[in-house]
Amino acid sequence: MFNQADIVALIVTLKLAIITVAILLVIGTPLAWWLARSQWRYKFIFEALVALPLVLPPTVLGFYLLIALGPRGPIGQLTELLNIHPLAFTFRGLIIGSVIYSLPFVVQPLQNAFAAVSNRQLEVAATLGASPMDRFFSIALPLARPGFITAAVLGFAHTIGEFGVVLMIGGNIPGKTQVASIAIYDHVESLEYANAHWLAATLLVLSFVMLIFVYAVNRKVGILRT
Amino acid sequence: MTLNAQLKIQRGSFNLECDLTIPTQGVTAIFGASGSGKTTLLRTIAGLDHHANGVLSVAGEVWQNESKFKAPHQRSIAYVFQEASLFEHMNVQANLHYAARRASDDDPGISVGDAIALLELQALLFKQPSVLSGGERQRVAIARALCAKPKLLLMDEPLAGLDAGAKARLLPLLESALRELGIACLYVSHSLDEVSQLADNVVLLDAGKVIAQGEIQSLLTQLDLPLAQYDGAESIVPATVAEYDEEYGITYLDSDVGRFAMVRKTTEHGSLVRIRVLARDVSLTLNPQTETSILNIFVATVTQLQPFGESQITVKLLANKTPLLARITRKSADLLNLKTGLQVYAQVKTVTLF
Repeated sequence: MFNQADIVALIVTLKLAIITVAILLVIGTPLAWWLARSQWRYKFIFEALVALPLVLPPTVLGFYLLIALGPRGPIGQLTELLNIHPLAFTFRGLIIGSVIYSLPFVVQPLQNAFAAVSNRQLEVAATLGASPMDRFFSIALPLARPGFITAAVLGFAHTIGEFGVVLMIGGNIPGKTQVASIAIYDHVESLEYANAHWLAATLLVLSFVMLIFVYAVNRKVGILRT
Repeated sequence: MTLNAQLKIQRGSFNLECDLTIPTQGVTAIFGASGSGKTTLLRTIAGLDHHANGVLSVAGEVWQNESKFKAPHQRSIAYVFQEASLFEHMNVQANLHYAARRASDDDPGISVGDAIALLELQALLFKQPSVLSGGERQRVAIARALCAKPKLLLMDEPLAGLDAGAKARLLPLLESALRELGIACLYVSHSLDEVSQLADNVVLLDAGKVIAQGEIQSLLTQLDLPLAQYDGAESIVPATVAEYDEEYGITYLDSDVGRFAMVRKTTEHGSLVRIRVLARDVSLTLNPQTETSILNIFVATVTQLQPFGESQITVKLLANKTPLLARITRKSADLLNLKTGLQVYAQVKTVTLF
């Protein structure tokens, strides 16, 4: 069965995933819209940047984040200057790490969905008197809805599955920064296989159900397709 | 009320230059072969194309000049594309209301209910666009454009993507809607049929240049313009319905040219119609024929002759100020010794209404 610490770790994990997805939908939507519609010739640089967390070892990402968030890093200096508590080894630090780590999983489905919105539909709306903002909300968003569902679920599932980044910048503090994936690792190290089984099975079922949902909603989903 | 456009558009190797004054009343057709720049011109007027330099003003309101560019949503227009381009995430009714909600209440124009009636959409209101046929989709697109209450309706070959049957059903519907509303419309087409049925005025485009603009009746019959060089060259005669002969099933139509007889019962007595006279249905005689099956014989004067291909000639006639075209063989023209100023009798075998 779950022990108390496992349940806390699961709650921290879910909280982290929910907040991360919420932040990513807010910043990922305009970013994806821009990537999908912009004619700027150098936008591929930003596409590569967004895709970077897909290929980078999580420890590399975590390492740089740790440096950046640490007392001598640029972000650490900034938080010190603003008299904010340092972000390394905190839940807020984890959120920053997760947002970067899961960025492509939210931005790419959104970008695909926005790219599939035909220019013609937006032109028609424009000639019928819809302003750019109006067109975005009345045409692009509803047409891209499957993309939003995909993005939210993939971002959520991927955040739940992260390990390396949170290990580097989270510090594995129970109740604060200890997430389920790390709790499993701890259990295995201490040869508590029963506990590890419960947590691992929970994550397995959760992830599988979410992916089933994504593929059912959007049969043409391509996670790595741009 | 006019649309004034002095525009220069350069896109790659394509150049378009125009200096247009178009009345913002009735239907003005922009006619030309594909690649002549019709769609580019229309998109520029809509503000969808930003490549143009110059001045564009409609009814005294500047839409574009050196320092100003009104975005499409700030122009009082509606645009009907060749593909209906309905909003796929809304049903028919929601598509219409989308346009109506964004129209200004002060603008004169028709209500959603009127648009539904005009384009016969009652049965389609709650259907999704994806289940509609091509003709139905285009009917919805036209109604949606009308719901936007535009000062200027822009139509880019709205019938070109339809099969012949759907086109034949939609064209009269479109014509009556445009006439009834008296809406200013720019209608891009490369179909002589559509243009002569719908248009009051024509702008002729060729390779990015405006080669002529004016009233349809006179442009159709200018022998040096491409309209008169079609196989199906024709002239238009405005007329009123005079009477219907029940016994023979013939309608008589009064015009400046004279009284036409036409097979087919037509609209009510007194209504205004446009008679279409195909050049190849007109034959010429020097003396009035008495023992002939032809019912429509009119006195006319030859004003111009122009060879058409190897063996034919297009003859422009003036019948009491109304221009008519006749296409006859070169041999006949020589036998009759046709020349300008000669009085002839034009025999019109069949006429039709649009």
